[in-house]
Amino acid sequence: MSALRTPFFWGLLVLLGGVGLLPILNGSDSMREDIFLVLMLVILASSINIIMGYTGYVSFGHIVFFGLGGYVAFYLMLNHQVHFVPAAVVGGIVSSLIAFLLGIPVLRLRGAYFALATIGINEVVRSFVTNFDPFGGATGMFFNYEVYNGYGGSKNALWYAYYAILVVALLCAVSSLLIKKSRFGLGLLAIREDQDAAQVLGIDPARSKVLVYTISAFFPGLAGAIFFFKNGIIEPGPAFDLLRSIEALVMVMLGGYGTVAGPIVGAAVYEQLRAFLITNSTFSSFHLFVAGFLLLLIVLFVTAGLVGWLRQRAPRLRRYLE
Amino acid sequence: MNIDALSASIVDGLMIGFIYGLAAMGLTLIFGVMRVVNLAHGPVIAVGMFAVLLLAQNLGLNPYLGLVIVMLLGLATGIGMYFIAVHRVIDAPELTTLLATFSVNLMIIGIGTVLFSTSPRALDVSLGSVRTGAVTILGTKLVADLIAVIATVGLYYFLYRTRAGKSVRAVANNRAAAELMGINSTWILALSFGIGIALAMGSGSLLATLFSFTILSGTVYEVKSFVIVVLGGLGNPVGALLGGIVIGLLEGLATISPLPVGWVPVIEFGVFVIILLVRPTGLFGAR
Repeated sequence: MSALRTPFFWGLLVLLGGVGLLPILNGSDSMREDIFLVLMLVILASSINIIMGYTGYVSFGHIVFFGLGGYVAFYLMLNHQVHFVPAAVVGGIVSSLIAFLLGIPVLRLRGAYFALATIGINEVVRSFVTNFDPFGGATGMFFNYEVYNGYGGSKNALWYAYYAILVVALLCAVSSLLIKKSRFGLGLLAIREDQDAAQVLGIDPARSKVLVYTISAFFPGLAGAIFFFKNGIIEPGPAFDLLRSIEALVMVMLGGYGTVAGPIVGAAVYEQLRAFLITNSTFSSFHLFVAGFLLLLIVLFVTAGLVGWLRQRAPRLRRYLE
Repeated sequence: MNIDALSASIVDGLMIGFIYGLAAMGLTLIFGVMRVVNLAHGPVIAVGMFAVLLLAQNLGLNPYLGLVIVMLLGLATGIGMYFIAVHRVIDAPELTTLLATFSVNLMIIGIGTVLFSTSPRALDVSLGSVRTGAVTILGTKLVADLIAVIATVGLYYFLYRTRAGKSVRAVANNRAAAELMGINSTWILALSFGIGIALAMGSGSLLATLFSFTILSGTVYEVKSFVIVVLGGLGNPVGALLGGIVIGLLEGLATISPLPVGWVPVIEFGVFVIILLVRPTGLFGAR
């Protein structure tokens, strides 16, 4: 727990918490919506980084846990009138449980085979939910406005959702730091570098990988529950959108693979950039092209990402920038 | 269940299976030679569709003649793509090459949607049809299958009978050893990538003669190709053809089975994940 006494931990808390407090202080709805989205992307990118950046296992279809958490929580809120906080927690736990069960066989695969399997799992779940009547099938499920009455009207519910996502984002970032700085995290980094050598040194790769996969599924599950509670409608397409998964991978790469701050920086920069490209008149129709081109430049020339690059360039910063 | 419907759906499934197989072959060849999963596979198929459409509309070219030009274009595009996006990261971990090819995917879709919008297009080809009993076979499908078979045989002839093809297999087997034998591995990798893209664009052109399409249509075939490639064994071109036939048959039979059509993808992807877990070398894998 010595990680909790480092300047980086306090910096992270103050910066992320400070940005999160801004819309609460000035009460601006549009700012709240912007920051909600960034915090959600921070959660998605950070949790992918926990499995991918630390262990080297590219979970391409990680969005499946976002969708699952969303669906489970939505189902509980709609059909059993569960309050949204316990419903979201159940959503997160179910996501983790499924990750645990899936992880045992799937994490035996390595490299591209694992990446393909996670895409397959996302597609299986998406097509299953599309046909699963209790979850509303292809049309999904939606709230009546009465559901929000329990939270003081829909306007208040939006604020509740915002507080919730802020708390989850902070939890996710702190967990990411604690894992990286723990003995367990060192084991994961060793698996990333050379799994066979790590095993020889006394690390149990199978157990570590399944455990970290379980943890990394918890936060997207919560984020999905909160996002679809706020949305009021859940459909298979947006819930299991592979593109969003890949976007989160891009954010991790942009910020810095395997660092704690990287996915946070990456999510913020990516979202600003996307918003700029879409609203800018010269780029709006070419925004996908520009995004692809930037991604290629990063992949080819700045492999370590923004935070990784800073850490390489200024070794002194390493103490303050994990 | 009546026998006419059964035979019709089997024939239909088989025929589309060959084309699925051809579409997957490019993906599996690239993976087999350089361990790169080409995430731009779908958009490349869509480019093949639009290329043959433009050639037919603007130059009045017969689609089957256009196919040859499209495949040559594909070869050049693929070699270019290799040097721009893949060569620098060829030895990096999977994530890097996955993202590099995905960035190409984004760029193609980005330009494609601006140029062609996402409204559906169709190529007007009609070659009549053959009827035997209850089974009607469209001429376009028959020709497309024939071309798919010729392309597979051609690929095999190239890989096993020509010097360049043997070099491709040598590089796939062990790049360092191949270089020690005097093979220029960079060019062989670029050539393999080019052939993979040519096959993908060719299959796109054939699909364009059968169905209407948009710039986003490639994604459907890309995901199908993943399933097929895993079924047939990653890196095994003949396995891809067989895998394509299996998926085609499965889809054909699903239309007459009591199971609602919506469940077909659940089964397809379920099989995909299970095969990855139980037999990652594929059903028809050699090793």
